[in-house]
Amino acid sequence: MGKAWTFGENMNTDEIIPGRFNITIDPLELAKNVFCEVKPEYAKNVQPGDVIVGGQNFGCGSSREHAPIAIKGSQAKCIIAPSYARIFFRNAINIGLPILECPEAVADIDEGSEVDVNLTTGQITNVTKGSIYQARALPDFVLKIADAGGIVNFLKEHDIEELMQNAE
Amino acid sequence: MGTLIEEIFSRKAGRHVQAGEILLLDVDYIMSHDNTTPLAIKAFREIGKPILDKNRIVLHLDHAYPAPNVLAAENHKKIIEFVREQELPHFHRQGVCHQVMIEEGYITPGAIVIGADSHSNTYGALGAFGAGLGSTEIGVAWATGKCWFKVPETICIELTGETQRGVYAKDVMIYIAGLLGMDGGTYRSVEFGGEYIESLPMHERIVFPNMSTEIGAKCGLIAADEVTINFLETATPAKGPFEALYPVNPRYERVFEIDVSTLAPQVACHPDVDHVKPLEQVEGLEVNEVYIGTCTNARYEDIEIVANMLKGKKVNPLTRVIVTPASERIYKKAMKNGLIEILMDAGCTVTGTGCGACIGRHGGILAAGERALTTMNRNFIGRMGSPLSEIYLASPATAAATALTGHITDPRQYLMQNAE
Repeated sequence: MGKAWTFGENMNTDEIIPGRFNITIDPLELAKNVFCEVKPEYAKNVQPGDVIVGGQNFGCGSSREHAPIAIKGSQAKCIIAPSYARIFFRNAINIGLPILECPEAVADIDEGSEVDVNLTTGQITNVTKGSIYQARALPDFVLKIADAGGIVNFLKEHDIEELMQNAE
Repeated sequence: MGTLIEEIFSRKAGRHVQAGEILLLDVDYIMSHDNTTPLAIKAFREIGKPILDKNRIVLHLDHAYPAPNVLAAENHKKIIEFVREQELPHFHRQGVCHQVMIEEGYITPGAIVIGADSHSNTYGALGAFGAGLGSTEIGVAWATGKCWFKVPETICIELTGETQRGVYAKDVMIYIAGLLGMDGGTYRSVEFGGEYIESLPMHERIVFPNMSTEIGAKCGLIAADEVTINFLETATPAKGPFEALYPVNPRYERVFEIDVSTLAPQVACHPDVDHVKPLEQVEGLEVNEVYIGTCTNARYEDIEIVANMLKGKKVNPLTRVIVTPASERIYKKAMKNGLIEILMDAGCTVTGTGCGACIGRHGGILAAGERALTTMNRNFIGRMGSPLSEIYLASPATAAATALTGHITDPRQYLMQNAE
C-alpha cells in the first residue's frame, strides 16, 4: 500500500525532469530532482511503494528516458493515468516501470489517498474510499517485456523475434 | 492499398498491413545524440550482444556541443570512446541531428528511421517513417536491427490555398497545433497533403512533420513527389532510384480541411504549444530574447528571411538576438552569401551550429521573469532556463520583426517595406 501523488493533464518530460538535470543517467541522482518544478515536495517525501496518479497524455514531450528513470529511481511503485504519450509509454515498459491505464481510478483518487495496486492482476484499490478498479489489459508482447522487468532483461534470455510469437 | 504509413510499413514488411497490426520491422537507420546515446550504450552493454550492422548506426553530438560543462564533456568522451571501440562509420558533430540526417542523405522515401529524439518525426518530410524512441530501444536496435511498431491510424490534414505574404509554414503548423491540441495526434500518423503542401519547397515542408511531435503524433508524413526527388538529387548525397510511396484509397480516421489563405501570422503562447493566438492578439508584448535556431526553423532560407529583414537596420539594443544555424553547411552558405555579416552588423549574436538554446543548457539561457520569442517547436515551462521564464513560438519573419522592436511584432509591415 502507498500514498497517491496526483499530477495534471499533459505532464511533459521537462516537468518530470528538466533538461538541465539530464547530465546523469543515475536513477537515484535523477530522482532527487524529479517533478522539482511542479511538485518539489515529491522528491523529499516520496516513500517506496507510493503511486503516481497522472492526467491524460502523461509523459508527453521529449524522448528522454531520464523521465521514467527518474520516477523509477524515486521508488514509486507504478503510474496510473488515463493515457500516456507514446514514447513515454514505450520507455516505461522498456525500463521496467509499471504503468497502468485506468481513467476511472484516476478520477477517484485524491492526493494523499492510500492506494493498493496489484501489478499482476491490474487491480487498483482506493483504500481511503474503499473503491476497486481494474486497469486496462496490456497487449501480450508488452506483458512479455514487463514480466521480464524490461526489454534489456528480456533480450538477455530471448531473441527479439520471440516478442511477436503468439502475440495478439 | 492504404494510408501512407500503411504503404510504407507494407513495403518494409513485404506484405499488406493495416492499422492496428503489430510488426517487428528491420530499421534502416538508428539515430541518437549526446543526450540520449550514453543510456543507449548502457542498455547495449547490458544486453551483451554485438552490433548487428554498424552502417545503420548514426551518432551525433548536437545538444550541448561543444560541451558547456564537465558532465557534458564526460558524456561526449564516453560517446567518442564508443565510436572508436566499435569503429562506427557515421559520427557527426556539424549541426542539429535531424538537419544533418537529411543533408547527409540518410533519409529517403520509404525508409524506416528511428531516433532517440522526439523530433525524429522530421524525416516524414521526405516520405520516410521517422519516429522518436527512448535510448534503451536504440541500444536494442543496435544489437538486433529491429524495432516493434503498431501500425497507427491516420489523421489526414488537407491544406488548400496560398498563404498571404508574411505567413509561412510555421504559422500554418502553429495554427494546426492550436486546432488539434497537444494530444490531438497521439499514437497517430498525421499525413499532411493538399495543394498547399505540394507547392512548398523542402525547407518549408520539414516544419510540418517536425512539429507533428507537438501534437503527440507517432509520425508526420508528406508523400514524396518531384520536389522531394529533386531535393534528394540536388541537395543530398543520397543515391537513387527513389521509390515515392503515396496513399492508395486510404481510410482515414479523421480528415481536417484547412484553407491557409485566410491565416495571419500565428504565435504559440506560454506555456503550451496549443495555446495559439493570431499574432495581433499578443502584439506589443515585451521580449528579452529572440532565438532563431533549431531543427524547426534554422535552415538557410529561414536565415535568409531574417537577414533580408535586418539588413541595414539594428536590433533593439536591450533584446538579445541569437542566431544558431542548424548545420555547418547552412552556416557556410550563409557566410559565403554575406548573411552572417548582415546579422552581425544588425547586432545579432551568431553561434556555432547545433541545438543551441532550445534545451536550456547553453547558448541563450533565460533568467527568471524573462520572455523569449523563438523559432523553436516547443515552449514547455522552463525549457530554455528558469521555470519562471516564458517562451513564445513563431516564424523566422516574426522573430526578425520582434528583434527589431523588442516586442512581439507583425512581420508584414517590414516585408511590405522591402517589397516596395
